[in-house]
Amino acid sequence: MSTKLNVLEHVMVPDHKIMSDEEVTELLTRYNISTDQLPKVYHDDPAVKSIGASADDVIRIIRTSHTAGRAEAYRLVIKRPKK
Amino acid sequence: MPSPKRIGQIGFGLLSPKEIREMSVRKIIWADTYDDDGFPYPQGLMDLNLGVIDPGLRCKTCDQKASECPGHFGHIELAKPVINVGYTRLIRKLLRVTCRSCGRVLLSPEEIEKVVGTEEDQTGDLLSEKDVKKERICPHCGEQQLKINFEKPTTFSEVVVEDGKKVEHKLTPADIRSRMEKIPNEDLIPLGINPDVARPEWTILTVLPVPPVTMRPSIILENGQRSEDDLTHKLVDIIRINQRFKENQDAGAPQLIIEDLWELLQYHVTTYMDNEVAGCPPARHRSGRPLKTLSQRLKGKDGRFRGSLSGKRVNFSSRTVISPDPNLSVAQVGVPRAVANEMTIPVRVTTANLEELKGIARIGPNRPDVNAPCGANYAIRPDNRRLRLAEGNLETVADMIEPGWTVERQLRDGDVVLFNRQPSLHRMSIMAHRVKVMEGRTFRLNPAVCPPYNADFDGDEMNMHVPQTEEARAEATILISVQENILSPRFGGPIIGGIHDHVSGMFMLTHDVRWFTKEDALYLLKHTDIERLPPPGKVEDGIDYWSNKQVFSQILPAQLTTVFHASSCQNCDTCKKELCDRDAYVRIIDGNLEMGTIDKKAIGAFDGQIVNRIIRHYGMRRAAEFIDDMTKLSIRGIMLDGFSFGIDDEDLSKTEYGQIDEVLKNAALDVERRIKIYEDGQLEPMPGRTVEETLEMQIMQVLGKARDLTGQIAGRHLGLGNSAVLMAVSGARGSMLNLTQMAGCIGQQSVRGERIIRGYDDRTLPHFKKGDRGSDAHGFIQHSYKGGLNPTEFFFHAIGGREGLVDTAVRTSQSGYLQRRMINALQDLKVAYDGTVRSTGGKIIQFEYGEDGTDPTKSAFGDPVDVKGIVESILKEEV
Repeated sequence: MSTKLNVLEHVMVPDHKIMSDEEVTELLTRYNISTDQLPKVYHDDPAVKSIGASADDVIRIIRTSHTAGRAEAYRLVIKRPKK
Repeated sequence: MPSPKRIGQIGFGLLSPKEIREMSVRKIIWADTYDDDGFPYPQGLMDLNLGVIDPGLRCKTCDQKASECPGHFGHIELAKPVINVGYTRLIRKLLRVTCRSCGRVLLSPEEIEKVVGTEEDQTGDLLSEKDVKKERICPHCGEQQLKINFEKPTTFSEVVVEDGKKVEHKLTPADIRSRMEKIPNEDLIPLGINPDVARPEWTILTVLPVPPVTMRPSIILENGQRSEDDLTHKLVDIIRINQRFKENQDAGAPQLIIEDLWELLQYHVTTYMDNEVAGCPPARHRSGRPLKTLSQRLKGKDGRFRGSLSGKRVNFSSRTVISPDPNLSVAQVGVPRAVANEMTIPVRVTTANLEELKGIARIGPNRPDVNAPCGANYAIRPDNRRLRLAEGNLETVADMIEPGWTVERQLRDGDVVLFNRQPSLHRMSIMAHRVKVMEGRTFRLNPAVCPPYNADFDGDEMNMHVPQTEEARAEATILISVQENILSPRFGGPIIGGIHDHVSGMFMLTHDVRWFTKEDALYLLKHTDIERLPPPGKVEDGIDYWSNKQVFSQILPAQLTTVFHASSCQNCDTCKKELCDRDAYVRIIDGNLEMGTIDKKAIGAFDGQIVNRIIRHYGMRRAAEFIDDMTKLSIRGIMLDGFSFGIDDEDLSKTEYGQIDEVLKNAALDVERRIKIYEDGQLEPMPGRTVEETLEMQIMQVLGKARDLTGQIAGRHLGLGNSAVLMAVSGARGSMLNLTQMAGCIGQQSVRGERIIRGYDDRTLPHFKKGDRGSDAHGFIQHSYKGGLNPTEFFFHAIGGREGLVDTAVRTSQSGYLQRRMINALQDLKVAYDGTVRSTGGKIIQFEYGEDGTDPTKSAFGDPVDVKGIVESILKEEV
């Protein structure tokens, strides 16, 4: 039996959360952008897989930062193009 | 200006023979260019239908003059098809994945679906060579496939098995073309080819486009001879061979000759497209220079993209050697009169400046000396006609000038110019300076601005650009003037500050306490902006004296308070502060240097504690003034005593030489002893190391210690009276290690961090016994630079020195390429008004610049508020 590693539990993996539709709308209006102007992350990214996000979801990543202490980033999940 | 449009998509396709013939205005059949009268041959390579380059002639196609005609394509009908070298990869792939008999892809629809995906979900891969097994049977017609060999540059062959032997059977371009024609359109889509714009048989050329004359103009040399462009030369070759080929074909020449000619035609067409193909000797000019053909025009640093589109040469710029002038302000640049007379700024004539500009126009193009007012080189009438100002017409033109004209006035003192030194690695590599016109032929600059440009005066050249509009000048002054760039965004500290002699001079001036008479104090301060001396520090025998610290305090802002440790600080366990015997505890209260020595830490580039503090409290302009005063004062300070360094400054006394010899002898003995232990097998290896490694480490350690010890012995003899020591302690230049090597012992030479081991069998040089592990046999140099090296030591030193040279050479090229790639990735990013970092498309790269939205030049070592600095300036003591 192999035990599967949950990457989210690793100390160096920041906190990933799927954002609700309202949160996404708020985010898009705050920065006055459309979803394709957000940074991207592939659907097969280990952290994305383990929170169960799929393409077109927006995830919030909260990480500790050298400069700011705590930094929030948002990424749009997209399908990895084949080659 | 039209608003920028977003590019939706770019399509790539091939030119079909039909399209080539349609766009052609003339069939070219003659290899000749011009007849004896210098007139283009009809249907020759310079045919008048292809466009005109000679002034006076008109294009036969569009009836326009040489300057207006864009040029038109012609074409050459090739006797037999040839391969386009640019598509050999694609041809190979297509030959290998399609059937040699029916032309279908060698996979069943199910197999294709597995790779490409279903009709609805086309997210899969494109078919590649790897998806088709070699030499399989066609699933559509059952034909046995053969292995396709490809030999660079353009040879394809099939491998046929005859009598158990493998025989290569060459495919001619015509064979390949007929196989390409058989591939059905539907089968091309899973291969990633859109058959509407690119049928595969179009990769084999049957007709060759001839580019317009305008893109291959001939030039006329001084002797009246015509010299043709490289492309024209190549086209001449192609037409000649094509012609010969046709004649042989019509005459029914033997197959062997036809094949040779075909190959020759293929070679010429190949090199016409790309003259640097692997496995193909480049076509050469008569002089032996390889021809610059189509692909060479586009490729590389000087190609169309990097050389002509991303970067161009500009007007209103000049370049010359730089030299230092400490009497200039850091914000100034000394411009030679010859340059200032040539470079101009356009000034619109209005009623307010009419008389002034008329006066300038009257002076004309030759300014007699640097102090004379500037002249002008051109006057531009309201209808944009330029009138060149010359000796004869000055009065006439000046009288004609009235509002609405523009006068191109020469550079004069105070004009804003951009100054740049390559490589432009950071934003401080281009800064705006104020012009100061000077005699001589070099650009002059204050040595304190050398660090941001990374300039020195061993023959460096720099560029100057003159902004031509009011907006450009405003932007230059506000954003990139020198005083706005004292702080580097890299670490938030001052990058402009004292170097070399400034630091030595300040150290000599401010170290310990000295007293100056009024005469000396005024000599020191006479080039600075101060207006009166403070009350004298002491009066002796009725003579007033000012201390060196008082003199320095004159250039400080009145309220400045700061406390710090100088570069010469030894970092003692408990700081003796006021009682520091090296005078390294610096305390400035209310603009008064109470104690301490001013050196690199206080005023140097990259450190500059005082400069930093002045910027925080009084702003950039005051800091620039301080740097100006500081450079002038320090140069006076160094000139007061004089400063020199010579070979006898490295001399030690007999006792020191004796001690050094003793130390080195002991070290050599110690090494021998350890080798003995090793050879006896008694050496205990260190954890994780072999015995040999342990011995090597011990020897390195012993010899390293010995060298340091000689340095200490030398240091004991050489005090602050020694120029090299003074420079090392103040941080101006050099270190105690350099001094150790000059006076004491150079020490171990190393390659890749190890003693020198390479050379002959079991020894480095024939001077040593085989297997000798001693210190001198492996690159330990026990002499000093002063004492001189013996031949083996000299050789080892050259080995060690070479490693350093190779390292720097490799590092610069690597980091240069890395920098280029990084800049290409980052170049159009900007911080938007909402604090996000965005690309041109409005895509967000960072949600907050640097995650904290902080400008490093405006923060105090990462913190928004400099608490320590504020508390210190209020309490007036160190916290």
